Amino acid sequence: MPSADGGGRRRPAVKWQLLVLLLVWVGLYLAFGGRWPLEDGEPSGIQDWLQNVVSTIGDGRLTNPLFVYVFNPITHALQSAYDTGIWLTQQLGWTGMTAIGTAIALVVAGWRLAVLTLIGFLAFGVLGLWDESMETLVLVAISVFLSVLIGIPLGVWAGMSDRFERFLLPILDTMQILPSLAYLPIITLFFLIGPPSGIVATLVYSIPPVIRLTDVGIRGVASESVEASRSLGATTRQVLRDVQLPMSRRTRIVGVNQTVMAALSMITVAALVATPGLGQAVLAALQVRNVGAAFNAGLAIVVMAIMLDRVISGASRRVGRVAVSRRERLTVWGTGAALVVVGAVIPAVVPSLATWNEAWTHPITAPVNDAFGWVRINVYPITLAFTEWFTTWFINPLESVLTSMPFFITIAMFAVLALIVGYLRTAITAAVCLIACVLLGLWPSSMVTLTQVIIAAALTMVLGMIFGVWTGRSPWADRILRPTLDAGQVLPPFVYLVPCLALFGPTRFTAIIAAVAYAAPAAIKIIGEGIATVPTNTMEATRSVGSTSRQEILKVQIPMARPLILVALNQGIIFVMAMVVIGGLVGGGGLGYDVVSGFSQERFAGLGLAAGIAIVALGIMLDRISQSAGKVRRTAADVR
Amino acid sequence: MAAAALLLSACAGNASSGTSTSGSGNATTASCGSTPINIAENAWTGYAANVAVVDYVLRTKLNCKTKISKVDEQVSWQGFPTGQIDVILENWGHEDLAKKYITDQKVAVDLGPTGNQGIIGWYVPQWMADQYPDILDYKNLNKYADMFKTSESGDKGQLLDGDPSYVTNDKALVKNLNLNYTVVTGGSEAALITALQTATDQKKPLLFYFYEPQYALATIKVARVALPPYTAGCDADPKTVACDYPPYTLNKIARAAFIDAGGPAVNFLKKFNWTNDDQNKVAADIAAGKSYDDAAKAWVEANPDKVAAWLAS
Repeated sequence: MPSADGGGRRRPAVKWQLLVLLLVWVGLYLAFGGRWPLEDGEPSGIQDWLQNVVSTIGDGRLTNPLFVYVFNPITHALQSAYDTGIWLTQQLGWTGMTAIGTAIALVVAGWRLAVLTLIGFLAFGVLGLWDESMETLVLVAISVFLSVLIGIPLGVWAGMSDRFERFLLPILDTMQILPSLAYLPIITLFFLIGPPSGIVATLVYSIPPVIRLTDVGIRGVASESVEASRSLGATTRQVLRDVQLPMSRRTRIVGVNQTVMAALSMITVAALVATPGLGQAVLAALQVRNVGAAFNAGLAIVVMAIMLDRVISGASRRVGRVAVSRRERLTVWGTGAALVVVGAVIPAVVPSLATWNEAWTHPITAPVNDAFGWVRINVYPITLAFTEWFTTWFINPLESVLTSMPFFITIAMFAVLALIVGYLRTAITAAVCLIACVLLGLWPSSMVTLTQVIIAAALTMVLGMIFGVWTGRSPWADRILRPTLDAGQVLPPFVYLVPCLALFGPTRFTAIIAAVAYAAPAAIKIIGEGIATVPTNTMEATRSVGSTSRQEILKVQIPMARPLILVALNQGIIFVMAMVVIGGLVGGGGLGYDVVSGFSQERFAGLGLAAGIAIVALGIMLDRISQSAGKVRRTAADVR
Repeated sequence: MAAAALLLSACAGNASSGTSTSGSGNATTASCGSTPINIAENAWTGYAANVAVVDYVLRTKLNCKTKISKVDEQVSWQGFPTGQIDVILENWGHEDLAKKYITDQKVAVDLGPTGNQGIIGWYVPQWMADQYPDILDYKNLNKYADMFKTSESGDKGQLLDGDPSYVTNDKALVKNLNLNYTVVTGGSEAALITALQTATDQKKPLLFYFYEPQYALATIKVARVALPPYTAGCDADPKTVACDYPPYTLNKIARAAFIDAGGPAVNFLKKFNWTNDDQNKVAADIAAGKSYDDAAKAWVEANPDKVAAWLAS
C-alpha cells in the first residue's frame, strides 16, 4: 500500500510531456489525417486461418480421445448436475423450495435476511416466472460453486507468488474481456447445445473476480502483521491460515459477490445456446420487443442477485463472529427445521397449495409497457437532441483522429503515451496490442471501438469517483444506492436494449450509454469499499487536526483507497469492453458488430473470433496504460 | 439416465416456450415413437410461428413428443451431427452450412420449401411514400439525401442497416449506384424495428434495410424502394453488385438419420408448407402476447384443409 502522502504526487514533468504529446498528436492529425488508409479485412490471413480452425473443431467428437475422455465426460457430469438440481426443485415444489431457502438464510444469515429470502422466493411466483427462476438458480448455484472451489485456491496462490500472478492476470483479463458471443459457438462444439455449455460459458466469465479479489486481499494484509507472526515462528501455512486469510475476508467476499453478479449477468447470453432459465424469458421478450415482459424477467434476475448477495455476505460476516449463545442457536435451528417441515407438509395437507395459484401471479409487464409507451413518445425529442450534441462534440472528434490517422502514427503515439505514464514494458505492450489489431485485419473497426471505449471508460470513472466517495463516506447512501447498483450490474443488457434504442436511436452514443450503465455500478461499489475501509484511527487523526471534508477526501481517503480505485479502473475498463458486443447490437458498429456477425453466420466465424481477440488486445492496452498512470511512480525519494 | 435427462429437459423446453403437453383429443393411432422430436427455434418471430404450428400439430394430431431448443442459426446446424437437433423450420440460404452438413458430412438433408418467400430490400415508412411518392425509385434518393442525415451519417444521408444474421451488399450498392448515402450499422433486428417504429410515430425520415416475412409489418406499414431489378448472377461479384436482392425460397432442413427412420412425423414435416400471410397471422398473434399453443390452435382451427393436406400420407 502506498503511503498516504505519496498518493497524489506526480512528477510535474509528466504533465508537460502529456501536453506536448497531445499537441504533436493533433499536429500529425492535421498533417496526415486520411492518408494511407487500411481497409477492414486487410490483411486477411489470420481471419481465414481462424475460420478454418473453427470449422474443424468437433469433427472427431466420437473418436478423438480429447472428446471421449475429457469433454464428453465433463458434458455428461454438468448435464447430470443440472438435471439433478432441477429434479430436486420439482420434488420440493414451490413451498418446499421457499421453506428451505428461507431456513438456510435464517440459519446462516439471520432473521432479517430470512425475511428477505422469503419475499424473494415469493416474488418469483408473483412475477409468473417460478420454473424459469428455479432453472436459473440451479445453473447459478453450480457455476458459483465451481468458481469458488477453483477460484479461491488460485487467488491465494496468486496472492503469495508474484510469478504466478504475472502468469495469471493476462489470462483473467482475456477471460473477462473476450466477448462470450465470440466463443459461445465454439463452446457448444465442445459441450453441446444446452446447460453444460451455459455453465462453462458462465464459469469462464464469472471466475476472474473471485480470483482477483482473493489475490488483492492476501496482498493487502499489512506486512507488519505477516512479519509479526513470522517472527513468532509461524510457518507460511500458519501465517496464511491464521493471519492472511482471516484478515482478507472482507475483500474476498467482495470477490464472491462480484462472481455471483457476473454469473447472473451471463444467464441471458447463455440462453442463446438453449440454456434454460430466466434468460429465455428475456430473449423471448426481446424477440417481440415486449419491454414490459423483458423488465419482468429482468426484475426476477435482480431479485435473485440481491437475495444471493445479501445472504452470502451475511453468512460470511457471521463466520467470524464469536460464539452465539447456545440458546439462540437452538431457536434458529429449531425454527429453520420447523419451516422445512411446514414447507414439505403443506402440499400434502392442503392440496390446493401444492402448485402455485395463477391468481397470485401479477407480472409488471403491462404497467412497464404503458410507462415505456409514454416515455418513447415524450422524451425522445430531448434525448435525440442530447445524442446529437454529445456525438458532435465528443465522439466525432475523437473518432476522426483515431480512424483517419495512418495506423503506424497512431501506434507510435500510443506507445509514447504509455512510455510517459509508465515504463518501457507498458509502451511495448501497447504497441504489440495495436499491431495485433492491424494483423487481424481489423484496424478501422478497432479504432471505432476504441473511441467508444475510451469515452465510456472515462464516464464510468467519473461516476465511480463521485458516487463511490459518497457511498464510502455515508452508510445510508450506500444502503439506498446498493440495490440500484446491484440491479444495474445484473439487469441483462437485453432488457434495456429496446428502451435505449427508442430513446437514443441506433447510434454510437447508445452503445456508450449501455456500456456505462453496466460498468459504473462495479466501479462505484469497489471505490466505495476502498473509501469505507480507510482505517477509522486514520480518519480520527485527520479530523483531530481540523481537516475539512474536502481535505479529508482528497488528501486522505482517495490516496488511501488507491489500490481499490485501481481495481475499479481495471474492472471498469473490462466491463466496458465486455459491453462492446452489446454496443454492436445498438448501433456501435466496429468490433462489436463483427463479433455479432461471426456469431450469426458461420462464414464470418473467423471474423468474429478475430474481432474478439482485437477487443481483448484493446482492453489489455487500455488497462496497462491506465494502471501505470494510476500507480505512484517509484522515484528516488520513495525507495527506502 | 440418458433417457431421464432427455425427458426432464423436454419438460423444461416446453415449459419455457409456454406450451403444455396435454393436447386435445383427436390423436391418430399412428405411433410417433417415444423419443421427442428436437425442433430448433431461431430467434425471429416468423420462425416462432412455424415452430408454434408444427409443434402443435405434432403433439395434438400425431401424438408426438417434442423438445424445442432456442438456439442461434449456425449453432442449430451444429446439432445435426450430434443428434441434438432434428429439424430447422425456416432456413435462409446458408450455402456454407448446407455444403458442410448436407453435401460433405451428409448428416442433414433439405426437406424442401416452407412455402414462405424471403424478400430483402430497402424500405421507407409508409408515410414517406405517401408524402414523397417518387422516393420509391432509387434514382430519386439523392434528391432526398439531406432529409436522411443523422448524427451517425455526417453530411450524407443515412441508410440504416445491420441485422447481422442476413446478407447485405449495401455498402457496395451505395457506391455502385452513386448514392450520396452512408451505411450505418444498426446491429440487430430490435434496432431496425425500433427505429422504424420511432420513424413512424414521430414522422422522422428513415431509409432502412429490411426483410419479409416479418411480424412487425402486420402493425407498421412500409414501402419498398425499387433498386435495379435482380437478374440471375448480377450479384456474383460482391464488389461490383448494382442490383436488388434475389428472392429467397425458405426451406426446412432435417437430420438425415431422423428422416431415414421415417414415420408420420417425417411425412408431415416434409409436407409442411404455407404462405407468408399464414405465417404473418400466427407471428402477429405471438408478438401480441398469445402463447404459442393459442396462436397455433387459432390458425389450425381456421385452416383445417391445409392441415389435412399436411397429414395425408
